[in-house]
Amino acid sequence: MLNKNFYLILIISLVFAISFWIGFNVNLLPAEASINAPIYDELFKILFIIGLIIFIGMTIAVIYSLFKFRKRNDQIGDGIALEGNLSLEIVWTIIPSIIVLLIGLYSYNIYDRMGGMKELNHNHEMMSSNTEKIWAGISQTSENEISINNLSIEVSAMQFAFLFNYPKGNFISGELHVPVDKKISMKMESKDVIHAFWVPEFRIKQDIIPGQPTILNFTPTKVGKYPIICAELCGPYHGGMRASIVVEEESDYNEWFNKNKKPEVNL
Amino acid sequence: MTLSIDPQKTNNESLQPKGWIRYFSFSLDHKVIGIQYLVCGFLFYLIGGTLASAIRIELASPMSDFMPRDVYNQVLTLHGTIMIFLWIVPVVNGAFGNYLIPFYVGARDMAFPRLNAVAFWLIPPSGLMLVASYFVEGAAQAGWTAYPPLSITTPQSGQIIWILSVLLLGGSSIFGGINFIATIIKLRRPGLKLMQLPMYCWAMLGTSLLVVLSTPVLAGTLILLSFDIIANTGFFNPVLGGNVVVYQHLFWFYSHPAVYIMVLPAFGLVSEILPVHSRKPLFGYTTMVFSIMGIVVLGLVVWAHHMFTSGTPPWMRLFFTIATAFIAVPTGIKFFNWVATLWGGKISINSAMLFSCGFIINFVFGGITGVALAQVPFDIHVHDTYFVVAHFHYIVYGGTVFIIFSSIYHWFPKVTGKMLNEKLGILHFIITFIGFNLCFAPQHWLGLNGMPRRVAEYDPQFQFVNQISSLGALLMAISTIPFLINVFLSVRNGKNAGDNPWNALTPEWLTSSPPPVENWEGEAPLVEEPYGYGKEISEQK
Repeated sequence: MLNKNFYLILIISLVFAISFWIGFNVNLLPAEASINAPIYDELFKILFIIGLIIFIGMTIAVIYSLFKFRKRNDQIGDGIALEGNLSLEIVWTIIPSIIVLLIGLYSYNIYDRMGGMKELNHNHEMMSSNTEKIWAGISQTSENEISINNLSIEVSAMQFAFLFNYPKGNFISGELHVPVDKKISMKMESKDVIHAFWVPEFRIKQDIIPGQPTILNFTPTKVGKYPIICAELCGPYHGGMRASIVVEEESDYNEWFNKNKKPEVNL
Repeated sequence: MTLSIDPQKTNNESLQPKGWIRYFSFSLDHKVIGIQYLVCGFLFYLIGGTLASAIRIELASPMSDFMPRDVYNQVLTLHGTIMIFLWIVPVVNGAFGNYLIPFYVGARDMAFPRLNAVAFWLIPPSGLMLVASYFVEGAAQAGWTAYPPLSITTPQSGQIIWILSVLLLGGSSIFGGINFIATIIKLRRPGLKLMQLPMYCWAMLGTSLLVVLSTPVLAGTLILLSFDIIANTGFFNPVLGGNVVVYQHLFWFYSHPAVYIMVLPAFGLVSEILPVHSRKPLFGYTTMVFSIMGIVVLGLVVWAHHMFTSGTPPWMRLFFTIATAFIAVPTGIKFFNWVATLWGGKISINSAMLFSCGFIINFVFGGITGVALAQVPFDIHVHDTYFVVAHFHYIVYGGTVFIIFSSIYHWFPKVTGKMLNEKLGILHFIITFIGFNLCFAPQHWLGLNGMPRRVAEYDPQFQFVNQISSLGALLMAISTIPFLINVFLSVRNGKNAGDNPWNALTPEWLTSSPPPVENWEGEAPLVEEPYGYGKEISEQK
């Protein structure tokens, strides 16, 4: 006869195995098209596996208790008068604390790798040493930041459209064209209510706020056409407030850029 | 402290109406007020549910074709506001709190019966006003969050009525909170120690502290917002130099604790139900108390996790990530303790038990997605998407609403003296559980793959998954039918329950069903061990 602990260990290892298998084989996310995306997906996978282990474990515990400890017709009286167990309580306080702390440190690491901890109003040296980093977030605007980037775009959002201004070419487009593998820096401002700039394939989102410009940097890595979605309720046509981002090879991008470029006018 | 054993009647009985008419009167009896809260809340739940069905019908097809776009925004705003302020908060606090707390502390009524009645009677007019605003110039359409500048630029009358209504409901909630704190602290029967109180008292104490600390902030914020709308001030209006992000901070300073105002009482209720039906003491009473208080403290310092994509500097994002994730620890303790309460029991598998176990499974799922959402890099992608919609429905519907139903099955015999039909109850559970998970589980995928929330139209590639979700919503709507039939049949012809059909030990079961006006014929019983299951048996042996 095998003892109880054997079955317990067997069930726990099964739960782990199933969770890892699902975590590595079930993809719930859209395509990865920016530097951010694979980093995000790594975090997602880890959280998904930990979550599955806890969820499957708890569900099994509840359903098992309902079957194993259900009251049979011939039974009378109560269950055991067990009011608690201090060592168990300590175990399930400390283990979740450690898990939560590790997840927090890990997600800090992920956030840092995405460039989230980088201050935006910094000097040139920091910029050049961190050019691969992408920053998804908000900070006080620094004109410096915009000007030193290779491709800076000004985004204005309004009910219910995005407009993309290319300052170097002196033109405005309704469709965002960007070259692949190049850092894009966007300064975004809203003309009316709060909107948000979201590209699911890039795993980035940033609110576009009236009266307070926000900056969003990213580097696309895959040629293609992706949706830009407004993710903040902005009025009746909120659901229809969409645009496209076209990521193309540098040469295709230059061709498109030169076609739309307006000659500088001296006033 | 002498109040609780004072034989002098707190209510002037001759002035109180008798029979069914008392439920429509300004009654001072805490039990009548509890039922008023419950029935009133349930009526608003039916309205909010109808609105939810309208949303799911609209989303069954990718085009905006079922209702006009601005009406859709009004519907989603009213759905959120009604479900939160008129169904969950009043029922889980007001209804069960009023009915049970005086029993649990051994009192004949709440500390301030008139304030109690005022708190209830603020709800029907403000609720009706909110619903009626649809017929004036259109209801509010800026979502239940009412973010400016959208809430300033949409039609004014609807938004102003919304603000007035939420202010009144917030006032009602504060009155209730003060009353619960006073009752639990000051009206305890002599000899009853704090650490002998049933867990629901602790949950209501924690919740009421949150209500009293955070609801005034919401009230102040909404008053400033109404100034911006009516008087052209510029607190939040960027055109006049206002700051829209400040509104979000103030709003979430209330509205995140509001989540705990909605779930902590449910944690308390499930702690009453599980020991009774598994015939075992509540596992780890002391740690349960400390984890409630831990959730209260942490719950006050996590609000900015709703704003990771708005205007928050990196250090603030990290602080709120860690603080939010740590709420999982005290919450996790509670769930482990509930499972440990089931373990080794003699579990009666009835409707109350099934809804409570459904709650554990749903809430664990919602809690896990909650820890994930607390992580800034995770949240940046899924913020304001259907992933978030799915997450909070797992918390407030899969969590709290399941417990409301569980509690109704558990306390119906006490309130009416009749048993509910178990077969209809289990049918109700099965349809609700399947419908709920069918409705909300697929929405996680929708959010991850690019469907934002609060939209009337979406990318056609999401149609199939949305239709599954709508099918789940249909099942949830259907699940109300066996429940209503059950309640109406059982009130009329239900089996007599007797005083204590579950052989429970908490004080409300030690009086007749339904209880008399002043709760006990004689002196209130002293219950030192509300969870002392299994003990008498060993003593008898």
